[in-house]
Amino acid sequence: MANTKANQTRVVWDGNMAAAQALRQAQVDVVAAYPITPSTPIVQNYSQFVADGNANDGEFVMVESEHSAMSACVGASAGGGRVATATSSQGYALMVEVLYQASGMRLPIIMNVVNRALASPLNIHGDHSDMYLGRDAGWINLCAYSPQEVYDLNFIAFKTGEDLNVRLPVAINQDGFLTSHTAEVVEHFSDEDAFGFIGSYVGKNPMLDGENPVTYGAQTEGEWHFEHKMRQNHALVNSLDTIRANFKKYAEFSGREYHPVETYLTDDAEEIIVCMGSVFGTTQITVDQLRASGRKVGLVGIRVWRPFPKEDLAAAIKNAKSIAALDRSCPMGTTGALYNEVAAVLVENGMSKNLLNYIYGLGGRDTTTEHLSGIFSDLKACSDAGKRTKPVVQTINLRGKMLSFY
Amino acid sequence: MSDIKQIKNLKDFSTSVERFQGGHRLCPGCSHSIIVREMLNATDDNICVSTATGCLEVCTAIYPYTSWDLSWIHIGFENAAAAISGTEAMYKALQKKGRPHSDKPTKFVAFGGDGGTYDIGFQSLSGAVERGHDFIYVCLDNEGYMNTGGQRSSSTPIGGATTTSPAGKVSYGEKRLKKDMVQIMAAHGCEFVAQVAPSKWKDLVKKTQRAYQASGPVYINAVSPCPTEWKFAPEKSMEICDLAVDSCVFPLYQIEDGHKVTVTYKPKVKKTVEEYCAAQGRFKHLFRPEFSHVIEDWQKRVDATWEYLLKREEAGI
Repeated sequence: MANTKANQTRVVWDGNMAAAQALRQAQVDVVAAYPITPSTPIVQNYSQFVADGNANDGEFVMVESEHSAMSACVGASAGGGRVATATSSQGYALMVEVLYQASGMRLPIIMNVVNRALASPLNIHGDHSDMYLGRDAGWINLCAYSPQEVYDLNFIAFKTGEDLNVRLPVAINQDGFLTSHTAEVVEHFSDEDAFGFIGSYVGKNPMLDGENPVTYGAQTEGEWHFEHKMRQNHALVNSLDTIRANFKKYAEFSGREYHPVETYLTDDAEEIIVCMGSVFGTTQITVDQLRASGRKVGLVGIRVWRPFPKEDLAAAIKNAKSIAALDRSCPMGTTGALYNEVAAVLVENGMSKNLLNYIYGLGGRDTTTEHLSGIFSDLKACSDAGKRTKPVVQTINLRGKMLSFY
Repeated sequence: MSDIKQIKNLKDFSTSVERFQGGHRLCPGCSHSIIVREMLNATDDNICVSTATGCLEVCTAIYPYTSWDLSWIHIGFENAAAAISGTEAMYKALQKKGRPHSDKPTKFVAFGGDGGTYDIGFQSLSGAVERGHDFIYVCLDNEGYMNTGGQRSSSTPIGGATTTSPAGKVSYGEKRLKKDMVQIMAAHGCEFVAQVAPSKWKDLVKKTQRAYQASGPVYINAVSPCPTEWKFAPEKSMEICDLAVDSCVFPLYQIEDGHKVTVTYKPKVKKTVEEYCAAQGRFKHLFRPEFSHVIEDWQKRVDATWEYLLKREEAGI
């Protein structure tokens, strides 16, 4: 145990329990939610906290849809207090209209998103389709790869979103089932220490202050809409500084340090995989295996999906010859969204590298060390040839003929 | 518990502090602003208001201006009830935690048009009422999507001509009966449900004050004649209101605890549906001989509903 400011206890929690416990310890004033697989246990666990008188007198509003869940969160947050919820997939899709309203009104709502595929065809398992759907909704998006990270990133989310220099909603993404339902060792703080890290939140411009009434959700047509949206974007881009500072504070507090871009053995790596989510852990093992046989391979994980940490990514991949971007969502007519981000960073920095895009894990399809080792082999072939020798977009563990559309 | 504000006559009313300011962009003669003023001026407590997308919303909060001298929020078309339920939940949480933003009691009011109430907002209204939030939902019922140019809603009465249920060579306009929201909301078990008209302002204020005293959800359906789409002269709005209640097309009544009916206004001389229709351009085509049955059938239904309400009032059920 690192020498940290908080006493920590080891338990075995899955990602959903880690999220629920973090919300309880954050002393959220209003949780408004609607159950959906695989995030349901978050609201079930929280319901039990309420039933046991263990939710700090917060209000728990079990609404009739995800659209109303996010609407009630917006109303509650504008009221002036701490607000959180959780959802997945179709529920997230139903919320999308209100996600834009939450960020546009600069309301620091915290949402645990347990990532799951989007129908049709219906599928309850994990992929990143929902996270990508909300990509431009103006939320800070953090990615947790394990239950411990779910727990930790919740506190960083509250501390960041509620910062008066930020005032933006924050989503903490975790992989459906692979993280949400996989029990692992989690180190948690005492209730007092956990709450102490984020402190209480009063709310900026609260509707409930009757002496100082406020108007939320005004209309702006041609004269003002553009300015408001760009100011919001400015706040989102600049929130990276606050996120970075809170990562540092949290490291001092907990002994666990996070970065906008996580790197693993990248300094001398010639081939690098860039990914998000629980596949990071599987890729770490793959890297270890290949390093043992002398291969110079490395790994980059995107911790902060929005605002996108372009400079951090550029620094992490600058020494590589070949890079694979892994997207866990069907690109639907173009290349994957993460690939596009990596490509933009290469162009912006005048870097010329072999860049491949792999679509993997849709609807919970397994991705193993063998698959990832295969990607590193493709990358090595490109490095050796000094040019891209593979199709830009390939799929991992797709049955039947490779569905090549490029 | 808050005190009930004394409003006995028009002087009391006119000297109330305005919480809904003029200078908004509602059409001349629009009934919305009259209803909103009458309701918000009926209490001195703090009020938080949510408003569904619609005429009231787009005309009263155009940045950098606002007509609302109280806390107000608009999110979307379908979620005025869900939004205010969240604000009310925050109020309760902060009261329990001993850190309220204000020492004064706070009331919660949601305004929606009939589109935002009968149609797209029906689910979130039903949900918020079922959950028992302490709020008043007010439907400003002008029987169509007037903000977007007068399309039909499930509140549009049969025979009404709208831009999506137009009268034509072979059509008398809207084909479906108006949805009965008052009864639907009473069936939710609301402590108090009422229908009001801005022209009968004492009745409206009395019901609103009763609503503010309730400890759970209240639904109020307010007839809101729309000069633009009902097609009458702007200065006639309150006359049309009176025609609506005197013809019993919009009977003024209330239902307590989900069942106890009280008819709060009984016209001395009932006007006819024909007189009501004749005053509005949207029913002009019903006076063609081939469509006269629409008004005749409507009159029969209005009479039957009026009898039904009186019988329930008499029986105390």
